[in-house]
Amino acid sequence: MARIVIDDLHKVYAGGVKAVTGVSLDIADGEMIVLVGPSGCGKSTLLRMVAGLETITNGTLTIGDRVVNDLEPADRDIAMVFQNYALYPHMTVRGNLAYGLKNRGVSKPDIERRVNEAAAMLEIADFLDRKPRALSGGQRQRVAMGRALVREPAAFLFDEPLSNLDAKLRVQMRVEIRQLQRRLRTTSLYVTHDQLEALTMADRLVVLNGGVIEQVGTPMDVYAKPASVFVAGFIGSPAMNMIDAGYLRDHGSMPAEMPSGTDIVGVRPDDLLLAKPEGPHLALQGTVALLEPAGAESHIYVTLDGNSAPLTVRVQGLPSVLEGQGVPLYAPLSALHPFNKASGKRTD
Amino acid sequence: MQTKRMTFNSRWLPYALLAPQVIITLVFFVWPASQALWQSMLRQDPFGLRTTFVWFQNFERLFEDSHYLASMKTTLIFSVSTTLLSMSVALLFAVMVNRMIRSQNAYSTFLVWPYAVAPAIAGVLWWFIFNPSVGILPYILEGFGYDWNHRLDAGDAMILVVVAAAWKQISYNFLFFLAGLHSIPQSLVEAAAIDGASRTKRFWTIIFPLLSPTTFFLMVVNVVYAMFDTFGVIHATTEGGPAQATNILVYKVYRDGFVGNNLGSSAAQSVILMVIVIALTVVQFRWIERRVNY
Repeated sequence: MARIVIDDLHKVYAGGVKAVTGVSLDIADGEMIVLVGPSGCGKSTLLRMVAGLETITNGTLTIGDRVVNDLEPADRDIAMVFQNYALYPHMTVRGNLAYGLKNRGVSKPDIERRVNEAAAMLEIADFLDRKPRALSGGQRQRVAMGRALVREPAAFLFDEPLSNLDAKLRVQMRVEIRQLQRRLRTTSLYVTHDQLEALTMADRLVVLNGGVIEQVGTPMDVYAKPASVFVAGFIGSPAMNMIDAGYLRDHGSMPAEMPSGTDIVGVRPDDLLLAKPEGPHLALQGTVALLEPAGAESHIYVTLDGNSAPLTVRVQGLPSVLEGQGVPLYAPLSALHPFNKASGKRTD
Repeated sequence: MQTKRMTFNSRWLPYALLAPQVIITLVFFVWPASQALWQSMLRQDPFGLRTTFVWFQNFERLFEDSHYLASMKTTLIFSVSTTLLSMSVALLFAVMVNRMIRSQNAYSTFLVWPYAVAPAIAGVLWWFIFNPSVGILPYILEGFGYDWNHRLDAGDAMILVVVAAAWKQISYNFLFFLAGLHSIPQSLVEAAAIDGASRTKRFWTIIFPLLSPTTFFLMVVNVVYAMFDTFGVIHATTEGGPAQATNILVYKVYRDGFVGNNLGSSAAQSVILMVIVIALTVVQFRWIERRVNY
């Protein structure tokens, strides 16, 4: 149980590559923070700095009440779940779970009890005496989790723990990790590149890009009000449509209420409608380029007249439009996200 | 898994393609080996005029011969010491080089060089270094009050041949250990670090067990090397002396056969060596296949 304070953390690698530049974050006790961003955004480096696997070039890292900048990983009271699980292949599951406790001089009966508790909690009690290679991907994942939680650390660190699992198992483990974290109330830092994982698991979401924080907020805040063009494009699937304000002006459909400095208008695929809504709205005209049924919903790719990049429209069920057909598109003004192209920031 | 099958148009082409390898094996292995087998059951008179077929008498005599049994013990001590020394030094070097980041390649190259030195040359090199009258090492040891003389002292002689034989093998072992270390995922070591294991503990509880397939493979290779490939080293340094103290089995084959002219006994000894090497090979294949996945 601990609060983690990341204060102006920098990481510059030996070759001069700047991986993280000035990240500050205050993680409350028991909070689940998800770091999300594309590959190379510095999220893993940040996590590894917290773990103590990378040195901190500049800044202060506090876990609990201690500044841990110069402490060994073992002394930081954290546990980490690795992307490839990093289970010790020559030890049984029991050996894997007990290893960290043994190293810390926990007594034999205590080890026994804690291993059994963790195994029961994660439903891996049946394979305690197997080697990791005899386990399936999902079971290995559980063992990796178990190894983290037997230690009862101040914080859990997750480094893309679900990316090696197949889609179905990933959803299942996602739910389990979240439930477990809720129950144990252990401060957690979770790294992923999957925006859906980030949205579903986080108490607060941190979107990283190019070594800096783009936005911090609850998943719904970040989704409803992305602070930058990058966040808008990264969070939400299918990605938000970006329409050039110049195009709207040329076609006389630029709403007058847009804040000054707006030259990109974003609109989520859900907010583009085929039928005219009540209230003030944006009206566009385009041609259906492709219709993509996806079960409960369908994606319609619409090319605006005189604009090459198609917009994505998400509708429930299967719409009665044909490819090549001209369609009107509407978006309520309240659903528009105004951005400035030069700064990449939101203008309202 | 489906394997792709190639078919030859001519019936004879596959045989023709295999022929060179088969001929080489026949000429350089099967023929001499069978000669040795045949010869091991013969006895010649001292002038080589008469040859008698004696069945297994050569073998029987060998196992009653205290010199031969002593040579077996010498071989055991020699090969175990050589293997231990060369493997532990190589592992130490590999672990140290593996920690380096930029200079890894340069150090690896330097450490591999000795492997290119011919065994006899290496032997001569050590002969000079250890030479009781002109060598640098006895000179230094004398400063510490130790009187080095491998021509008189059996222990000194054994140390000399072990060091000379191990030195060359360090390069080979080093390469395999380094490759083995490279194949251990970094995340395992990191996980162990987070799990509170000190550097030494990480090595003995994670890295060393994960290296065990490499270690086992090298152990067999090194024992085979020490038993059969060290003729040059022995010949160039001690020639089996003093008083048979370094007369290992493979050197004794040569001494008894070509110096002592006892061809029957020499052949019998080489047959025994052949059996040992076959046994080691079987062990290697059986065990390595089983243990390679931990």
